[in-house]
Amino acid sequence: MVSTPARVAARAVDDLRAPRGRTRRERAFAALLVAASAVALVVLGVLVVDVLVDGLGRLNLSLLTSYTSRFAERTGFRAGITGTISLMVLVALFAFPLGLGAAVYLEEFAPRTRFNRFVEANINNLAGVPSVVYGLLGSAVFVHVLGFGRSLLSGALTLSLLVLPVIIVAAREALRAVPQSIRAAGLALGATPLQTVVHQVIPAALPGALTGTILALSRAIGETAPLLVVGALFSRRADSEPWFPLEAFSALPVQIYQYIGYPQEEFQVGVASAGIIVLLVLLLGMNSVAIVLRARYARRW
Amino acid sequence: MEAADTVRVAEPTPAPQTTASTPAPPVVLSARNVTISYGGVPAIRDVTMDIHQHEITALIGPSGCGKSTLLRAFNRTNDLIPGATMRGTITYWGQDLYDKRVDPVEVRRRIGMVFQKPNPFPKSIRDNILFGPKVTGLDVDPDEIVESSLRRAALWDEVKDKLDQSAYSLSGGQQQRLCIARAIAVGPDVILMDEPCSALDPVATARIEDLMRELARQYTIVIVTHNMQQAARVSDRCAFFTTEVATDEGGDRRSGRLIEYDLTDTIFKNPSDPRTEDYVTGRFG
Repeated sequence: MVSTPARVAARAVDDLRAPRGRTRRERAFAALLVAASAVALVVLGVLVVDVLVDGLGRLNLSLLTSYTSRFAERTGFRAGITGTISLMVLVALFAFPLGLGAAVYLEEFAPRTRFNRFVEANINNLAGVPSVVYGLLGSAVFVHVLGFGRSLLSGALTLSLLVLPVIIVAAREALRAVPQSIRAAGLALGATPLQTVVHQVIPAALPGALTGTILALSRAIGETAPLLVVGALFSRRADSEPWFPLEAFSALPVQIYQYIGYPQEEFQVGVASAGIIVLLVLLLGMNSVAIVLRARYARRW
Repeated sequence: MEAADTVRVAEPTPAPQTTASTPAPPVVLSARNVTISYGGVPAIRDVTMDIHQHEITALIGPSGCGKSTLLRAFNRTNDLIPGATMRGTITYWGQDLYDKRVDPVEVRRRIGMVFQKPNPFPKSIRDNILFGPKVTGLDVDPDEIVESSLRRAALWDEVKDKLDQSAYSLSGGQQQRLCIARAIAVGPDVILMDEPCSALDPVATARIEDLMRELARQYTIVIVTHNMQQAARVSDRCAFFTTEVATDEGGDRRSGRLIEYDLTDTIFKNPSDPRTEDYVTGRFG
């Protein structure tokens, strides 16, 4: 056969086509991946819609400003909202400095000894410990041994312990992302290792560490089990603004949990769902702050 | 700080020179039988050389010959690398830099360093300059030190209107000059430069080279470079290193060795070792 340019071109097009089976396999795999992410999204969507349908009707201002009541139409989440906000503020105050400090030590100063590696591995393990275990620990140590009682302080300290490993891991990641050249530059200018870390490395890592902290807090905001164990209250005794850390307190997820247990449907469906909406809004608010922080201080090296 | 220009004698001139023809300026840094190892494996072996005041000394040689390692030893930056050990002595104005009583932080305040890749802090231009004086506790007027450092680094005119902008808004060459300005701001005696132009284009490189010649009036400069022309253009003295198979301790470990150290002119025009000649003429490396 004489190979004319036209014939060569025709054969080239055939050669450049993907084999049939391959295209099909690629598409099938892509579809599988789409389905996997769709399952998660659809389930979340259904949950949110269900909650909105049940709760929106009951959502009004008095729900936010009223304390608990025996009557579904008069009850509110005031104690839960103030309790949760106080908790989050205290947890942030306790856990962020501790977590950042531990991360800075482990990442910047700790010698690479076997013991330190053991500590590091266990911090990662702690992040996976069930939260109710922290609740038991908090109940034993803070409520009883240290005598803080079933107070806001005990709850905040317990939640702080719970989020601490997550914050340490996030802060270490942020510190590790600071290029080595920044440390070298600081030291070459005659700064001590401590000065270099305090003035250059930590500020550079702060946005990442803060983002991680807020995301850890938004996990903690929904925690119910440890607070129940430590003794968050759902009663008239908790119906006050727990601005003083040794006062009794309540929290949104605890109140929601209680309302779901009520026999009356107005509580079980309407009030509980409305509470979930409030909790979701708080949570989304915190996550948005994290996103804004990350975008605002995103650094290029 | 303001040192006399007269001390500086060894300008590379076209006239043939030998080491003996002019008295060398005073010795600032002196390495004696220096061997530096990483995890017991020597990277550079048995180096003996002097760095003279107000000169630019270039360390040249193929990759892996240990020139950067030696450079870092001059301000104790190797201390920060786990597993790095040094034998031999390095003295600074006659003082043993590795004496137990010597604080490496104090050493680095006098012997500054500029790195291969520009590494400004993610802060404003002004803050980049002021960090060094602040942490070393220099009692200076901030505006004055910012201006004088930037002027000496030939960067002032380009940045004087944007001192509060991020250092990352500068071009690569400007960033490197900012790093030099930052190093100057702490008032060092010696400036070590580890391939300061390797990440820069030829125009920016030329500016940095001019700057180095200018800075050598006040500071003593040691530069590591892969660029032979740069060493020829800018340095007063030149040390050629290469890797060799170590024979004395058995095994076939390769480590860097100082082959020849002389006035730059001699190294490039009349080297005494054939390996130096091969390298500087481009026949190897």
